[in-house]
Amino acid sequence: MILVWLIAIPLVAGVIAGFVARRSQLASRLISLLAMVVGFVISVWLWAANYSHISLLTQRQWLAEFNVPWISSFGIRFHLAMDGMSLLLVTLTFLLGIASVMISWREIHDGVGFFHFNLLWVIAGIVAVFLAMDLFLFYFSWELMLIPMYFLIAIWGHERRVYAAVKFFLFTQLSGLLMLVAILTLYFAHHAATGVYTFEYSQLIGTPLAPHTAMLVMLGFFAAFAVKLPMFPFHTWLPDAHTEAPTAGSVVLAGLLLKTGAYGLLRFVLPLFPRAAHEFAPIAIALAIAGILYGALLAYGQTDLKRLVAYTSVSHLGFVLLGIFIGTPLAIAGAFITIIAHGISTGTMFMLVGMVQERTHTREMDRLGGLWQTAPRLSGSGVFFVLASIGLPGLGDFVGEFLVLLGTYRVSPMVAAFATVGVLCSTFYGLKFVARAFHGPNTNKWKLPDLSGREIALVGAMMVVLLWLGLYPQPVLNTFKPTAQRLEQVVHGPGMGYRR
Amino acid sequence: MSSADFVALLPLIVLGATAIVVMMSIAFRRSHALASTLTLVGLAVAFWSLWPAAGEVPRQVTPLLVIDRFALYYFGLIIAATFAVVLMSYGYLERHDVRREEFYVLLLVAALGSAVLVSSDHFISFFLGLEILSVTLYALSAYLTERGIALEAGMKYLVLAAASAAFLLFGMALVYAETGTMSFPQLASDFAAGGAAHLWVLAGIAFMVTGFGFKLAVVPFHLWTPDVYQGAPAPVTAFVASVSKGAMFAILLRFFYQSGSRDLHATLLIFGIIAIASMIAGNLMALFQNNVKRILAYSSIAHLGYLLVAFEAGGLFGAAAGTFYLTAYMITTLGAFGVIAVLSASGRDAEDIEDYRGLFWRRPGLATVFTVMLFSLAGIPLTAGFLGKFYTVAAGTNSSIWVLIFVLVATSVIGLFYYLRVVVALFATEHIPSDAERPLPVVPAMGGVTLGVLALALIWLGVYPHVILHAIQSAMSGIF
Repeated sequence: MILVWLIAIPLVAGVIAGFVARRSQLASRLISLLAMVVGFVISVWLWAANYSHISLLTQRQWLAEFNVPWISSFGIRFHLAMDGMSLLLVTLTFLLGIASVMISWREIHDGVGFFHFNLLWVIAGIVAVFLAMDLFLFYFSWELMLIPMYFLIAIWGHERRVYAAVKFFLFTQLSGLLMLVAILTLYFAHHAATGVYTFEYSQLIGTPLAPHTAMLVMLGFFAAFAVKLPMFPFHTWLPDAHTEAPTAGSVVLAGLLLKTGAYGLLRFVLPLFPRAAHEFAPIAIALAIAGILYGALLAYGQTDLKRLVAYTSVSHLGFVLLGIFIGTPLAIAGAFITIIAHGISTGTMFMLVGMVQERTHTREMDRLGGLWQTAPRLSGSGVFFVLASIGLPGLGDFVGEFLVLLGTYRVSPMVAAFATVGVLCSTFYGLKFVARAFHGPNTNKWKLPDLSGREIALVGAMMVVLLWLGLYPQPVLNTFKPTAQRLEQVVHGPGMGYRR
Repeated sequence: MSSADFVALLPLIVLGATAIVVMMSIAFRRSHALASTLTLVGLAVAFWSLWPAAGEVPRQVTPLLVIDRFALYYFGLIIAATFAVVLMSYGYLERHDVRREEFYVLLLVAALGSAVLVSSDHFISFFLGLEILSVTLYALSAYLTERGIALEAGMKYLVLAAASAAFLLFGMALVYAETGTMSFPQLASDFAAGGAAHLWVLAGIAFMVTGFGFKLAVVPFHLWTPDVYQGAPAPVTAFVASVSKGAMFAILLRFFYQSGSRDLHATLLIFGIIAIASMIAGNLMALFQNNVKRILAYSSIAHLGYLLVAFEAGGLFGAAAGTFYLTAYMITTLGAFGVIAVLSASGRDAEDIEDYRGLFWRRPGLATVFTVMLFSLAGIPLTAGFLGKFYTVAAGTNSSIWVLIFVLVATSVIGLFYYLRVVVALFATEHIPSDAERPLPVVPAMGGVTLGVLALALIWLGVYPHVILHAIQSAMSGIF
């Protein structure tokens, strides 16, 4: 039941926040913030209460579960369940939800009610995606989270917002429909084999499929997740959407929405189609490497700060894809840490860029420069998160990418070498960012207010989390462990002959 | 005829009687309120009479009509949709300086025609029902005689519907000439014995497909649709798009399923081609429109293409998927044209996409309803349109008709593009016209409530479709 609350709280609060805004914008913001904080507290409480035995959970055991029939004529159930992986991702979702509400405090003035309605509903949709264990429910939530996101970009975005929003919507819809066809094929194949109509995740695992069919169905799922991730060459929606979205929208997109793609690969593609995924791995790995290098290269070429950060996401998510398809426990753990750390570091980067834009009304590097002299706290935080993004040891991103590289090296030193080049490239764009925006002479005579108390609290909290992830990631790894073991069993199960 | 026959026919009788009562009342006293109230009461009684009628099903009443669960389900749909059309017509007609009362008589007769159509299992009743429906629709399309465009719409509809009826009749005649029967069940036994392979029968079915194609407005028989949708008054367009097409789809299911001619290779091939052409052409042509009524007209062509995918999938699954899709589609089109109807001033209908720019910030309730409708057309979750698309794709996947499924997937993404254009206009934040530039009429209370109910129905079906799915699945027993 607690899982239903996690989804219902943002949904209900969104409606209330939407209506009260006419009377008081402040009330709308406070209600949204309260809902996010409550969700965060619940997920942290769940984590604390279960931490002692979380790593001992065996297969098919959930931390919490909710399962009732929904549309029984199709065998659809409203089945939510939580394991370590979803717990961590839900916690991240609410953490970034708090950040999104706070960062919009001063930025959003028009349509405040509808803004918070959309923001809370997209959060609810993402939480539902992380918790759904019925494939119909999963697809339902998957599609549902798009619409509020679309509105966030199309209404409160920047100059080319409509173009970016429509592009985002079309890309994700087309790939989502392919996943729907794949889900249905699996559903009917399961019925043909067992005589039972069900969308239940745990039952669909192990559905016998002809190798050819399994490959096609796997590709259907993969299409949806690869577009969301985004994987090169399906990433072209991302720079537009990230750049045009309002700050909160960019935070949710980069920090959470992209992670649903990675989550889908871990939760569905590998366990449901281990053999097909194994056969497909070389292609996915090649595309991951291409994405790492291409993203880093393009990031270096950007002069728009938001666009730069957006392309770094393509590069970092390439590491996630690489780790997942290398498939060794080390690499998968690394991919997962990267998911969490990237959510925090890139989310905060977007917030900082948003703060710069709010003060200077530009995101162009050429018009910035020398900000350190006038806003040292803002610039200092910027440097901190740029360093995190380029993989400074001691911060979360480093741990994730290091583990992925370590796992990759054991399988293929060649691939690891290419990926390491990507890490090197990240130094170029990172230093360019710092040098052009924060250092140098203040040629434009900027006089900016430095970070306010609210902003310091926000950015400081993110720094602490990132440091904690970098210095002591063991609690996260412990929590993820049962999921990782489960993955290992299905992927490396008897007779799979998966390379190690 | 026994009393049980009359009970089974009760919905039809009530509909016919209401039309007469309203006509008589006009003869005595012209009152818009009275005529519309009588109509609503009559429709409510007709809806209630479905329950006594359900006690007598399935029942063959005369060789012409069969009252079974299938027919009753569609009766329910037709009556409920007509009820909604009446509610939204009241405010619309109030703004127009015409004789308003006859509108309701025509609407009731059209509903009667549709009901006859869905319960017919004989060529004669099929044709009678069709003509009752069509003739009233000519008059309804041209009802606002002061508008040239409405007259044009009525005229176009008259010519094309007459032509399609001629095709249909000729096809029926050919089938009759070869088989010697006009009843669907007897045709089924004749076809099963191999009669379907005969050249005249095939030619007859081909002519009938043409007739069906015109009425359903699928490519290449769709040319009348945009003009009629644009020219007819918005509530009439709502009726044409929902009830008329819905009844036609029902008789399509019944005829081709019951007579067994669905399973002919030629039928499947021709409908497959029509479905693909409709999905592609409808969606592509809608991209280039700036008139909301025309966008919806072209999108309806595409949606009929999706419905034909369910028809192609076949079996109980396909028929049920088609019926569910149609139910969702009827609610959606009623809602969409209802929004147009309540926003339309006396001079012209609110059909330019510019009429909707920034509507959300001026009339949030209406804009929300319209957004729900558009999302349902686009097949987005929480709406019935999503489940309809899901059901159709499921039926298609089950039957492995991959080409049709992938065309459906690809074209519905194209479809999203123009639905989003309207949504973008609704939520636009710049260049919002002021009340002086584009005054917004006061939303009539009844129309507003109807739209709210339609939107809630759509979401209810999209979230908890259990009841209606159950009803549809048992209704399909009628044609199997």
